Amino acid sequence: MPDTLLALNGLDAHYGDFQALFGVDMEVHAGEVISIIGANGAGKTTLMRSITGLMRNTAEQINHLGQPIGRLRADQVAHRGIAMVPEGRQLFPSLSIEENLLVGGKVGRTGPWSLSKVYDMFPILAERKGQKSMSLSGGQQQMVAIGRALMANPDLILFDEISLGLAPVVISDIYKALPDIIGEGMTAMLVEQDISRALQVSSRVYCLQEGRVSLEGRTGDVSRDDITAAYFGVTT
Amino acid sequence: MMEWTNAIVQGVLLGGLYALFAAGLSLIFGVMRLVNIAHGDLIVLAAYFGLTTSVMLGVHPFAALMVVVPLMAGLGYVLQRGLLNRTLGDDILPPLLVTFGLSVIIQNALLESYSSDPQKLSGGAIETASLQIGGLALGVLPLLTFGIAVVVIALLQWIFYATSLGRGFRAVSDNQDIAQIMGFNKAHVFGLAMALALAVTAIAGILLGIRTSFDPSVGGGRLIFGFEAVIIGGLGNLWGTLAGGVILGVAQTIGAKIDPGWQLLAGHIVFLIVLAVRPNGLFPRVDH
Repeated sequence: MPDTLLALNGLDAHYGDFQALFGVDMEVHAGEVISIIGANGAGKTTLMRSITGLMRNTAEQINHLGQPIGRLRADQVAHRGIAMVPEGRQLFPSLSIEENLLVGGKVGRTGPWSLSKVYDMFPILAERKGQKSMSLSGGQQQMVAIGRALMANPDLILFDEISLGLAPVVISDIYKALPDIIGEGMTAMLVEQDISRALQVSSRVYCLQEGRVSLEGRTGDVSRDDITAAYFGVTT
Repeated sequence: MMEWTNAIVQGVLLGGLYALFAAGLSLIFGVMRLVNIAHGDLIVLAAYFGLTTSVMLGVHPFAALMVVVPLMAGLGYVLQRGLLNRTLGDDILPPLLVTFGLSVIIQNALLESYSSDPQKLSGGAIETASLQIGGLALGVLPLLTFGIAVVVIALLQWIFYATSLGRGFRAVSDNQDIAQIMGFNKAHVFGLAMALALAVTAIAGILLGIRTSFDPSVGGGRLIFGFEAVIIGGLGNLWGTLAGGVILGVAQTIGAKIDPGWQLLAGHIVFLIVLAVRPNGLFPRVDH
């Protein structure tokens, strides 16, 4: 398929002797929003670390735009246009808000996103751009983390647990902004514990269970029972 | 009274040299949590490079900086990427052991090439020139050294807080994984940090070599002074490092004023007192 942006071909991942992913196959097409769900320890974070290059894999196990990238370093992957909003925000504490955003733009890819565009989207960040990132509320920090990833003008953006640890009203705001973000021709992968939110915004879903894909399908086609079975490994 | 004032002023100026010893140490510890045991020997190495350059080209040691600064910076980059990056990880012991080994290697290589005879860089008239200020005779060289230290620290401060290179240093220092996801090649950033640190070391080495004689064994002492200045001033704070150098220098000259044998001891005692009372140093960096 020509429009395959990212393909995982039998992806394995190990931490020492412990194997976290077993032969994961996935295909992400340009313009899609995919959600990855699964219980704690199912391998979602490992999957993100593998795609971004923080964990090395064999080259052919991850393909981006038809080229093997499994062995690339994280910074090389970043330059190819894959960005991530990491779990727990992980802003740079010694950098100001604006500096955090500028670091995100370090890869120097051209595209719709710039400092002023991010400030248009999150005006509160413009007001506080000189402050240290840790002085912000959790929701505002999440805006910085999202803005920082957008500054790279990626063609694929990974969202790792963006609702974790945030107040429900803040989560609603962020999910409300999501279509605007992804609307700029970007492809997104969403790792999420909050299944109903994930399903609302995505077109396809993969469920991981103990390092294997236990379910995949269009969000409209999978039933609640399918998901429960795939999530917990319960056979009914 | 004038004698004491003189001792304090001389100590302040001496502190500039110590701050130059310390700045490189502080910088690499800040960026990559690497404690470089070979730092003092690299200062001495730079002094020998200065000696060879000024003798071979027949130029003043200050002109030799044009050669030695880029040479040490290049050496720093290669050293970091070829060797030291491989020692960095969760365990703090490997970099300590490897830089200790490097220290032994540098000392012996210098012994082989230059012998153990003391050497000195010849600074010419500047070595003995002095200015009369308010009844004090201030050496031009110590004044110049202090001025250079202030300029170097200000420059490092500017690089750290006002350039994209410095932003990269701070980002990698904060969170290596996330900085890599943002497109920073950690190995390269660390290489640049070491290059910058050893460029400062080159300046320190040449000023040291003009001020006093040196031989391959004096690196350890320079390392201690550098460490003490960093710890007194507070880790990760460059202006604090300058203050730490000044405090150490003043302690030494006042110690020497009381009894010439007390010069080094007085510096160490002040260091130990600061370490006991303010383990984070007098001016620790406040980020969070």
